[in-house]
Amino acid sequence: MDTLALDLARFQFAFTVAFHIIFPSFTIGLASYLAVLEGLWLKTNNEKYIQLYKYWLKIFAVSFGMGVVSGIVLSYQFGTNWSVFSDKTGPILGPLMGYEILTAFFLEAGFLGVMLFGMQRVGKKLHFASTCVVAFGTFLSAFWILSVNSWMQTPAGYAINEVGQFIPDDWFAIIFNPSFPYRLVHMLLASYLTTALVVSAVGAYHLIKAPHNPLAKTMFSMALWMITIVTPIQIIAGDLHGLNTLQYQPAKVAAMEGHYQSHDGAPLILFGIPDDQAKEMRYQVAIPKLGSLILTHDLNGRVEGLDAFPESDHPPVSIVFWSFRVMVGIGFAMLMIGLFSLWLRKKGRLYDMPLFHRVCIVFGPAGFVAVLSGWITTEVGRQPFTVYGLLRTVDSASPIDALAISFSLAAFVVVYLCVFGAGFFYLIRLMRKSPTRYEKSLDPRLADGAQVPPASHPNRLT
Amino acid sequence: MDYALIWYGLIGLAVLIYVVLDGFDLGIGILFPKATEESERDLMMNSIAPVWDGNETWLVLGGGGLFAVFPLAYSIVMPALYAPLMIMLLGLVLRGVSFEYRFRTKRGKFIWDTSFFVGSLAAAAMQGIMLGAMLQGIEIEGRSYAGGWFDWLTPFTLFCGFATICAYALLGACWLVIKLPNELAERYYGVAKRWGLALVFCIVIVSAWLPLSQQIVSQRWFNLPNSILYFTVPVMAVICIWQLFKSLNNHRAVRAYLFAIGLFLVSAIGFSVSTFPYIVPFAVTYSDAAAPDSSLKFLLAGTAFLLPMVIAYSAYAYWVFRGKLKHEEGYH
Repeated sequence: MDTLALDLARFQFAFTVAFHIIFPSFTIGLASYLAVLEGLWLKTNNEKYIQLYKYWLKIFAVSFGMGVVSGIVLSYQFGTNWSVFSDKTGPILGPLMGYEILTAFFLEAGFLGVMLFGMQRVGKKLHFASTCVVAFGTFLSAFWILSVNSWMQTPAGYAINEVGQFIPDDWFAIIFNPSFPYRLVHMLLASYLTTALVVSAVGAYHLIKAPHNPLAKTMFSMALWMITIVTPIQIIAGDLHGLNTLQYQPAKVAAMEGHYQSHDGAPLILFGIPDDQAKEMRYQVAIPKLGSLILTHDLNGRVEGLDAFPESDHPPVSIVFWSFRVMVGIGFAMLMIGLFSLWLRKKGRLYDMPLFHRVCIVFGPAGFVAVLSGWITTEVGRQPFTVYGLLRTVDSASPIDALAISFSLAAFVVVYLCVFGAGFFYLIRLMRKSPTRYEKSLDPRLADGAQVPPASHPNRLT
Repeated sequence: MDYALIWYGLIGLAVLIYVVLDGFDLGIGILFPKATEESERDLMMNSIAPVWDGNETWLVLGGGGLFAVFPLAYSIVMPALYAPLMIMLLGLVLRGVSFEYRFRTKRGKFIWDTSFFVGSLAAAAMQGIMLGAMLQGIEIEGRSYAGGWFDWLTPFTLFCGFATICAYALLGACWLVIKLPNELAERYYGVAKRWGLALVFCIVIVSAWLPLSQQIVSQRWFNLPNSILYFTVPVMAVICIWQLFKSLNNHRAVRAYLFAIGLFLVSAIGFSVSTFPYIVPFAVTYSDAAAPDSSLKFLLAGTAFLLPMVIAYSAYAYWVFRGKLKHEEGYH
């Protein structure tokens, strides 16, 4: 296989995965938010919760559809782009993905229809149960796919047979491989934060438009509680995940930190320009000894640099170095937003501080940027391997020639940009509509006569 | 116990369920231009809106299942069918997003109507082409695909693509007869008959073409005493076809739909008779492609109780949205 075909295959895969990852990271959080809203409605009988539910349900429907179709593509791309990888890892990763389909995908799909269109047909309690089942399905899906991804990063519980396939030895060790718990928690919290940032941005936008809109207030406040509470937990979870990576994939951490050389008492490099040729960090701004303190919890601890590993095993440093900084930077910005919102609450000014609302709008998409950066950090950082330390990316690819991949890559780029571009446009349009007490659900679309929505209503705020 | 054989059956079952369920679903997309007015298209789309996602999950199970239990087959078939597979996936993307998009716009509605039609048509045609490419055999060397990049494109596979379009359109028409309000449904009895006739024509041609072009297939079918058993397949097909048209003539919608499904089942049996025990025809058998027993057993243990559950709650979802749709003003 030539390098061009390999690079194209990698780019195509990265492109389709990157597009896909956006939707689940939003819908995992949004499904849970919807379950909370409906639960609060049933518990308190306060109509505002069901109005918010109906408002966000439409947004959920569009983004879930986009997630489903971009996900179907992935279940086949393992084979089209990485056939050797599929042959070798199928006996281990296949069953895990089989369980994802059987426990999660069917569950979500089966109850999604009821959740979207069934309110009038099944009654409140059963409908709430459907929402919870869909939310639980999104969690299970994350569970299995992150187990698969983690096994590739930190393989365990396997043996290798005579034709070179990885075969299962201990399923428990495979599923709960060393990096899995950390990755799962880190990703789930990231999804909740991504959703909270979007909800807070939408709330902030409508507060600027109509400062007394009670629905905007409620969603804004709920989202900021989420950001305030979850961000510190996420920072701790991220730190633990980093320490776990240091133990199992030290070369990845060296690239994240920008350490070409090994040090006792390593500095924490804040910024710099990585130079892979000269094997040094140019123009670096660093805090002495802090690197060792964070990674080894000791000021003079030994931190291995890339020089401790054979050059053929080095990941590309700049991508990993920068994407890691983008993710961490957004994380700390979220922490600031959370703390500032606490102060505003104390002063009773959460709903009338337009400048803060504008900041929240700007940070609306920041969760997606952070998720993608984190994903790039971990996936580029494990290069040049697909199964860490055992199977190289170059040995994983399909025997497809560059021309065929170029065509399909071009087709994917064109179709995805049009289709998902339109989708983003519709999502933004839905989010720009003010949430009102006349919020309609999706049920009437089935037009079965169960309930006819009001033909028209004054389009005003509550 | 032959776990690989059980899985051969289960994957076959998943693909069959997919074809039957997404078949009517894609069929509605193929018949979309038939609708005379926008409200009719709304109804057609909404008759499947709550269930289409579940239907397509069976395709994911087919692909994911193949990866899990027959990784070698997965790694050979996916590159072999690269182009039609990619087109099918893009088609599914185009039609899948239309379900929500077309209700989010007035000006752009025609765009999503078109993409629903084109996506459905392309996905159906590609599925047929892939089926045809499997039937004509896949060339391998060692553990990977060794054929050319256009092996999948032959008169035979194109014809199979056309046959699949007919088959899905038939299922779609039967579904519409069941779900649409009576005044709109009437017309689709005729539509179903026309596509049904085209399908019968295709089945006859493929049944003759395949054994004539593939010696291995003709030896299988024309080999006493097994032939006696095998020839119940065409007999069953004739019964299904006869009953299908009788039901359509008598305006018995559900019955017609069931016999259309029966025809699919018979065709699937015909496919298995022609290709068994190969999973990559005529190169790799199911037992050669199978993952080790420990993988097969691990997934089977869960599947044994998850699959019945999946079928049960999927059936429940259909039950919740049972009955005919009514023409109502009101939703924009």
